[in-house]
Amino acid sequence: MAIMFALMVVFSRNPVNSVLYLVLTFFCIAGHYLIMNAQFLAVVHIAVYAGAIMVLFLFVIMLMNLNQESEPQKSPMLKLIAGVAGGLLLFVLVGALKGTEQINLTQYGHSDIGLVSNLGKVLFKEFLFPFEIVSVLLLSALVGAIMLGKKEIK
Amino acid sequence: MYLMLSTILFIIGAVGVMARRNTIIIFMCIELMLNAVNLLMVAFSTLHNDSNGQVFVFFIMAVAAAEVAVGLAILSMIYRNIKSIDTDLLTKLKN
Repeated sequence: MAIMFALMVVFSRNPVNSVLYLVLTFFCIAGHYLIMNAQFLAVVHIAVYAGAIMVLFLFVIMLMNLNQESEPQKSPMLKLIAGVAGGLLLFVLVGALKGTEQINLTQYGHSDIGLVSNLGKVLFKEFLFPFEIVSVLLLSALVGAIMLGKKEIK
Repeated sequence: MYLMLSTILFIIGAVGVMARRNTIIIFMCIELMLNAVNLLMVAFSTLHNDSNGQVFVFFIMAVAAAEVAVGLAILSMIYRNIKSIDTDLLTKLKN
């Protein structure tokens, strides 16, 4: 189902439809996280991606009034080349991965790594330094985005 | 099985980046690729009972959020200069 929604993201004409299909794809992936008992990541996934990033996309699309896809498409030859290249990559990767051992699906859901308390223990013990660095990174991204968005005041 | 699913999602995102001209949809396909990698990391971390995978997924999500913010800011600046977001119009590196 995630694959179906991802295909609709790429192949839909209207950008607003693409964004909505991407939101549905995110919800499907969050469902996969829940199957694997990664509860913290499922909630953070929905809150960050489907909540914040998609809202940003929708704001930008609404501001630019992109309701109809008004620009002409890429030439069909280019689309065919992209499709063939992607198909070849798919073929190579799937062929390379077919030789690996088949892992039964029921082995996935029985670990308690994804619970909030366990994950938090590891996050704040060994990964404390990257955690602080990520906060600095977010700050720098924030400053950069605001600076890029300001109009020049003459 | 999650290996296959994540690979297929990644390739759909890659084909989308190559075959679309609308810049916003290119951004969304980049996010799709990042999500495919996230899914694979969570799958392997629950398989081997290793919590490093999920912590790294957390950081990947944070970096993706920051990158989307900056990318959309750049996009709106481009839109202010030329009134469209077609990537084929951005062929000049200097004016």
